[in-house]
Amino acid sequence: MKYAVLVYEGLEDYSARTDSDRAGAYWGAYRAYSSALREAGVAAGGTALEPPDRAVSIRIRDEKRTVHDGPFADTKEQLGGMFLIDVPDLETALEWAARCPAAAWGAVEVRPVLVMGSDSAQ
Amino acid sequence: MRESSTESVRVVAEVARESRARLLAILASRERDLHAAEDALADAFAQALETWPVEGVPTSPVAWLLTASRRRLIDGLRRSGSERARLERLARTIENEVASNLEIEMWPDERLKLLFIAAHPAVEASARAPLMLQLVFGLDAATIASAFLASPSAMSGRLVRAKNRIRELGISFDVPESEELPSRLRSVLDTIYAVFGTAWEPADGTEVRWTELRDEAIRLGRLLVELLPGRPEAEGLLALMLHCEARRPARRDSQGRFVPLDEQDVALWDLDLIEEAERRLASAARHRLPGRFQLEAAIQSAHAARRFGRGVDWADIALFYDELLRIEPTIAAATARAAVIARIEGPEAGLAALERLPESAIKDYQPFWATRAELSRSAGLRREAEAAYDRAIGLSDDPGVRAHLLGRRARIVD
Repeated sequence: MKYAVLVYEGLEDYSARTDSDRAGAYWGAYRAYSSALREAGVAAGGTALEPPDRAVSIRIRDEKRTVHDGPFADTKEQLGGMFLIDVPDLETALEWAARCPAAAWGAVEVRPVLVMGSDSAQ
Repeated sequence: MRESSTESVRVVAEVARESRARLLAILASRERDLHAAEDALADAFAQALETWPVEGVPTSPVAWLLTASRRRLIDGLRRSGSERARLERLARTIENEVASNLEIEMWPDERLKLLFIAAHPAVEASARAPLMLQLVFGLDAATIASAFLASPSAMSGRLVRAKNRIRELGISFDVPESEELPSRLRSVLDTIYAVFGTAWEPADGTEVRWTELRDEAIRLGRLLVELLPGRPEAEGLLALMLHCEARRPARRDSQGRFVPLDEQDVALWDLDLIEEAERRLASAARHRLPGRFQLEAAIQSAHAARRFGRGVDWADIALFYDELLRIEPTIAAATARAAVIARIEGPEAGLAALERLPESAIKDYQPFWATRAELSRSAGLRREAEAAYDRAIGLSDDPGVRAHLLGRRARIVD
């Protein structure tokens, strides 16, 4: 079963990426996490994202486009990236989610990857 | 009026904390139906919250709750019109009259029955510790789910299935007879230890509920030893939990970072708990039947020597691990033994012992990688150490452990 481990972080955490005092621990934790996923043979893809202030959101309603700077929803924690993992069940997926560094400072959401059937994939 | 209302709520909360498990044990062992017993008890508590503020707190709140719960259960019987049900109703009403005139202190402690039911072989293994938490500690499914890293809806389902199975199989709530007792007791001990272990490493040192869980597991260990005397493994488990608990204040530094055993300030170890553990272990050893829990407690006892200003006898610890691996081989014991071998024969020997462990068992086992990192560092194998630290850091779900390992890894460079 494939699951997405979605990483949500707050502004403080995004600033840790470039803060010289905190960047070592921040990237060290993520580097170690992705290497553990790889070495355990469960890594199935994923990506990190630039901070939410680099986002641009678009909506089209009644043939009218609205474009604005920033993420579409104004929440304290914003999507910062995702890991795709291939594990036997949800319990194992939750174990890996608990190891994700963001679980300790932001939030981590686990979602099964939608399996497209022959009907829905047309 | 306001005052008496606050007072009633306080008494209800206190009774719920102190006597809920005893009440549930009494009700459930008669009904053989945990759902019905839990529902009746919940109704009785709700009734207490309504009536006590108006009519005042009864002289014996616990007896009042028991009577009210039993009345609920008898009401349930009224729906059936058979002659047998009529007689059952009458008999129970008589029992209820008698019970309400006795103080709960005069009844035998039935909580033991709940322990044996929760750890019953018919209950699927993964549901035993959660069920014990629910029945004996009264925790809700959402809290239990968090403790066991499961989704709350899946955990609720698991608990409901376990209780249905107990009811459908008509399993007796009696404490098992002597022939069956050793294996049933073993399952109870394993389950209590699972509860203790779950509460042992909180993701955040300030989580009060986990502290309470540990205290409860130790209290259960003491209860078991008291109600079932002469069982060395029960004493061994209690000694093991007490030793672990004794070191808790030393396991984190002021910033919440994990502190490994070697580096702990032994002055922070709780002497009273250590002494209680040692008395238990000594009493268990008199039976000449060392089992898994006595051996694990003995290993902790050997480490506790430092609290008394003595050195750790690594050869003794190695002996205990060898026996532990002989009777119950686990990846945890094999990893710990390798660290002990490194103490006695040097890091290379410890690494060689780790090398022999199967790949499938170690690929996501954090302590293996943490041990390998430390031993590689001691052996001067810098690149191997860095890789192993990374693996251990990536497998940690505790930020305090992660911070400790990141610090260790950064220091190799020097």
